[in-house]
Amino acid sequence: MWTYEKKLMYPVKVSTCNPTLAKYLMEQYGGADGELAAALRYLNQRYTIPDKVIGLLTDIGTEEFAHLEMIATMIYKLTKDATPEQLRKAGLAEHYVSHDSALFYNNAAGVPFTAAYIQAKGDPIADLYEDIAAEEKARATYQWIIDQSDDPDLNDGLRFLREREIVHSQRFREAVEIISEDRDQKKVF
Amino acid sequence: MTHEKTPFRRSFTPFRGLYDPCPPLLKKTYVVPPNLFIGFQPPDFPQFSAIDALKTGTLWTPFYDYYDNPYKK
Amino acid sequence: MTHSLSKEYYRDLEEIQAVDFVLFELALYLDTHPTDSQAIKQFNQYALYSLKLKTAFESLHGPLRFGTPNRNEKVWEWSQSPWPWQV
Repeated sequence: MWTYEKKLMYPVKVSTCNPTLAKYLMEQYGGADGELAAALRYLNQRYTIPDKVIGLLTDIGTEEFAHLEMIATMIYKLTKDATPEQLRKAGLAEHYVSHDSALFYNNAAGVPFTAAYIQAKGDPIADLYEDIAAEEKARATYQWIIDQSDDPDLNDGLRFLREREIVHSQRFREAVEIISEDRDQKKVF
Repeated sequence: MTHEKTPFRRSFTPFRGLYDPCPPLLKKTYVVPPNLFIGFQPPDFPQFSAIDALKTGTLWTPFYDYYDNPYKK
Repeated sequence: MTHSLSKEYYRDLEEIQAVDFVLFELALYLDTHPTDSQAIKQFNQYALYSLKLKTAFESLHGPLRFGTPNRNEKVWEWSQSPWPWQV
């Protein structure tokens, strides 16, 4: 089970009312390499991965939900109090006519989230390599959003999230090493 | 935190064709993040203070890589 | 919620965020280094410190963790204080 703490993982701030940036951030909300996909990918793979790395998948998967909440907070703050006209100018008219300013799991281009974004092959190496790739793709996506953003407070939060991808990738690489070790072989001697 | 030149960037010059309409980018850069070079993390890795760890996004100083738009003038 | 939050709220919250962040980082490290007793010792120190900070925070600013006692016998405090995306 999970319980809730009434706090963000990192203090999210944004400097300006800028719905265009909110649109870009939807890539990390409901996009292929976004935080929702990450959380669902790792928590689902837990059930069939070797015991030695279940803890890691559980903890990183849980952290991804904390990241999802940070992205949601950024989108919320960037669109809060924006008028329909401001949303239209930001390219969010199509979003508005379906959702008003409600958040929704779609990517920056408005494509809705699909489970086809994630993989579960059941093969531990295949799944961990997928996870490493997912972290590098999410890191790259944060870089491209930072490149498009001129909001210093927002970029501060995005840099935090980008750095987390680096650490997660490191841990998944270590997980590959752990499950590759020939421990049974050692016991023979 | 330090925002100096990071060792975690590489660049290349894309081939320039005669009929490429955009003014050429002299350098196309990409990131080679710290996790590529560290291997299995050894014990007693250097750490940031708690508040700097939060600010940078990692407890471990060797994993820190500040990112900014490389094309910004 | 219409009341605005004090500077202390943000300062106290950030202190907790920093301490919990160290816990997250140490937990991921220990997931792949489960026999590093030095890291376990540091994790335990921060875990106790986090508990202390959260208890103090909750007495000043309202509930942070699910399942801590509701101090006010007449009002359910969990839904009184603002939510993380609002502050």
